[in-house]
Amino acid sequence: MSKLMLKTEGDTHLVVTRRFAAPPEAVYRAHTDPKLLQKWLLGPDGWTMPVCINEARPGGKIRYEWTNRKGDGFHVTGEYLELEPYSRIVHVERMHLPDPTPDNRVETRFDADGTGTLMTIRMTLPDAQTRAAMLATGMERGMEASYVRLEGLI
Amino acid sequence: MNDNLNLDAAFSALADPTRRAILARLAKGEATVMELAAPFEMTQPAISQHLKVLEEAGLVVRRVQGTKRPRRLAKGGIEAMDQWLAMLRKALERSYDRLDGVLASMEKPKRGEER
Repeated sequence: MSKLMLKTEGDTHLVVTRRFAAPPEAVYRAHTDPKLLQKWLLGPDGWTMPVCINEARPGGKIRYEWTNRKGDGFHVTGEYLELEPYSRIVHVERMHLPDPTPDNRVETRFDADGTGTLMTIRMTLPDAQTRAAMLATGMERGMEASYVRLEGLI
Repeated sequence: MNDNLNLDAAFSALADPTRRAILARLAKGEATVMELAAPFEMTQPAISQHLKVLEEAGLVVRRVQGTKRPRRLAKGGIEAMDQWLAMLRKALERSYDRLDGVLASMEKPKRGEER
């Protein structure tokens, strides 16, 4: 069990790190096998991923569709650029809300760390403003808008 | 859900620390421009400009009270953003906690086969 770490790098990068007890091959497989992805890439409790397309080859398509009990939903689309089993994946993705967000180029590394894995996700946003908008969501320092909400809106 | 909400504009609006501070203040209740400007070393027109950005992003609304135009948070706007936030941070944390469990249930390779 290891806490998620988030940090900025330069003007347009975001870096996420997380350690896992399993070796890189297992963590890599859990990121590229649709049946496994549908078990964990679900976000907050209450959401499911009825559609999971993951063509783990260069040029392969990614499409994840999520829904919750209330019928809310959204989806992510993307394409694979590079895959080096079981150490590195590069893909682009965008979220549809329903308008697509700017493309996020994501490099995911799976490095052996003792008997486990250190996963490092390096996101590259198109420009500083897009990253600022992402950071404003509180990914780095604690969810500003949710903080606002907790301060008494609801 | 606020039909006027523009998520891109909303997140751009939130990228500014003064605007985040204004939202935090409004979370405690309605306030006039003068009240909002008080804690900042800024003119009221500068605060008004920030409020305009927040209003256009669907995060803040105003009402008319005599000559005053008190502002308050647009509930729908914040809720819609919160839904997005849930996807980002909670999604990451909750998903990886779940992945720990999936990995534990996967067939473990023999120690000798690890690289």
